Amino acid sequence: MLIAFKLKLALACAAGLAAPLGVAPLLDDTTSSGKTPHEPPAFVELQPGTVSYRVAGDFTRADRQIEAPLTSVRFTRPLSIMRHQVSAADYQRCVDTAGCRALNPGIKPVADRPAVQISWHDADAYAAWLSRSTGEHYRLPTDEEWAFAAGSRYKDDSLPVDDSDPSRRWLARYARESNRESGIGIEPQPSGHFGVNENGLHDVSGNVWEWTSTCFVRTRLDEKGQAISKNSNCGVRVAEGQHRSYVTDFIRDARAGGCAAGVPPANLGFRLMRERKSWISQLSSGLGKALSIARS
Amino acid sequence: MLTRRAAMFSAAAAVLMLTTPALSQDLKLPRQKVELVAPPFVHAHEQATRQGPRIMEFTLTIEEKKVVIDDKGTTFHAMTFNGSMPGPLMVVHEGDYVELTLVNPDTNSMAHNIDFHSATGALGGGELTMVNPGEQVVLRWKATRSGAFVYHCAPGGPMIPWHVVSGMNGAVMVLPRDGLNDGKSKALKYDKVYYIGEQDMYVPRDEKGNFKSYESAGESYNDTLEVMRKLTPTHVVFNGKAGALTGKNALTAKVGENVLIVHSQANRDSRPHLIGGHGDYVWETGKFSNAPETGLETWFIRGGSAGVAMYKFLQPGIYAYVTHNLIEAVELGATAHFTVEGKWNDDLMTQVKAPAEIPAPKTN
Repeated sequence: MLIAFKLKLALACAAGLAAPLGVAPLLDDTTSSGKTPHEPPAFVELQPGTVSYRVAGDFTRADRQIEAPLTSVRFTRPLSIMRHQVSAADYQRCVDTAGCRALNPGIKPVADRPAVQISWHDADAYAAWLSRSTGEHYRLPTDEEWAFAAGSRYKDDSLPVDDSDPSRRWLARYARESNRESGIGIEPQPSGHFGVNENGLHDVSGNVWEWTSTCFVRTRLDEKGQAISKNSNCGVRVAEGQHRSYVTDFIRDARAGGCAAGVPPANLGFRLMRERKSWISQLSSGLGKALSIARS
Repeated sequence: MLTRRAAMFSAAAAVLMLTTPALSQDLKLPRQKVELVAPPFVHAHEQATRQGPRIMEFTLTIEEKKVVIDDKGTTFHAMTFNGSMPGPLMVVHEGDYVELTLVNPDTNSMAHNIDFHSATGALGGGELTMVNPGEQVVLRWKATRSGAFVYHCAPGGPMIPWHVVSGMNGAVMVLPRDGLNDGKSKALKYDKVYYIGEQDMYVPRDEKGNFKSYESAGESYNDTLEVMRKLTPTHVVFNGKAGALTGKNALTAKVGENVLIVHSQANRDSRPHLIGGHGDYVWETGKFSNAPETGLETWFIRGGSAGVAMYKFLQPGIYAYVTHNLIEAVELGATAHFTVEGKWNDDLMTQVKAPAEIPAPKTN
């Protein structure tokens, strides 16, 4: 089916209906043919290993904002993550079968490009829909898992600055976000445009940020560096890409949802993890939260 | 399109016939040629001058061109003075003469002119400066009033608002010969000056709500006029594009520097606000013969005028300079950023307690 779909695209292009192609007619075609509405997406198997990981969220020590701790996160079992970001065509299938909310009016999805203008809730609904319709268990990666899968494309967002002057951190972050690779534009690109990382994942840290299941957590440390408290806000989730962002979960276009003085993600999209069946009984989707800072 | 173009030409020709050159005799004054620079920067100039009045020579070359006005790739047929939206800021002193050469290269398709709010007579010079593609004109006017003033294209009838909101606007700053003052004889000097030209734009949409792209300005005209008449801009931007003054192009300053911000809006009201800062001295109406207001939070720029604000940055960090209709600032584009280097002043602001859980209420 996937091949048939691609063939159709190719034929359409050959016939002079060059991209960008609206997805709707193509999709109507495939669903009305009575075949299964989707094929299992391509996955990459990550072997057990470790990742050097800067814990997400805000940290204060003795009431001063400090750098989040750098930890080593070990994954003892293989992980299975989508090779590609979920495409606009994939997302449209979910919309067509009432599993997902339609994109905002005026958004032109292009079948072979990543789904963008996707909120965290949209991504979560897609995972639930895909799980329901396949019998597999799909979910968003935790931020640690994303970092592990992103490999060399995961950027430590530490800012080694003098914590006694809060402006240093703001200025450093602003400069770094402003200096991120320019000229790549915001238009979603065909799969593979931003290359393949050492784990075989396509388009990591291109111009589409990927939602994770990790919530925004504020951790207070005492003078000795022991955690006094953690305060979790799951209305804000981590979106990963060229730089780590914390985005309100119902935002579809971070460009319009940013604060007064930051550089927001160019696009919001996602890719999913597939749970091994044997894990499901042991682990819930709250895995990420349980794993996160306890290790630091 | 052809007929429209022909019509525009004949209208322009009619105006030209009525306005045969009537420029005055040569003035025996020293001349100074000024190389203009694109906003938000301003050409080098003296703040106070000991020299007598001069003839300041400027050249503006009109350029019609297709540009992108937001990060979604929306295209726009811009009409520009010197290729930038807004056109460059021209700085002279009260009593100087501005001698402008206005060039309309034959690569353009329309007739243009220029109306200086700072000039006296002939519709601000508009009647004397209409040039068809392939022509140029020289206009001289005396800077008799100090302050920041808008200039814009005004080629007649419905062409006027269309050319203005297509980008043909800018500002002149006429400084008092002895520089700025606070209205109580205290001289005010700035370390840096930025020119922020704000522009409202009206881009038509297709039936799906997407912004339309056109082959030429002429083809966009009727649809654009329809949007304009609703008075609801699709974009309100600084320096010609949403995000033109943020990120790598953010404005810069240092703690302790006095920064002068000239803000023009040729068509529509605006309300500049520096988030995290103030206006130490604000000439809200832009005219230096009036004493500046002091210590303002937000100031008002009337459509068709330029205002001037001076602020000494006291705290390092990121500042957003916005029009404080925040819908326009955030959704439509009217946001600029300042990055300010320096040392944090705990006395002015301190986070006394970092965010933490709300303490349990005392029970007794």
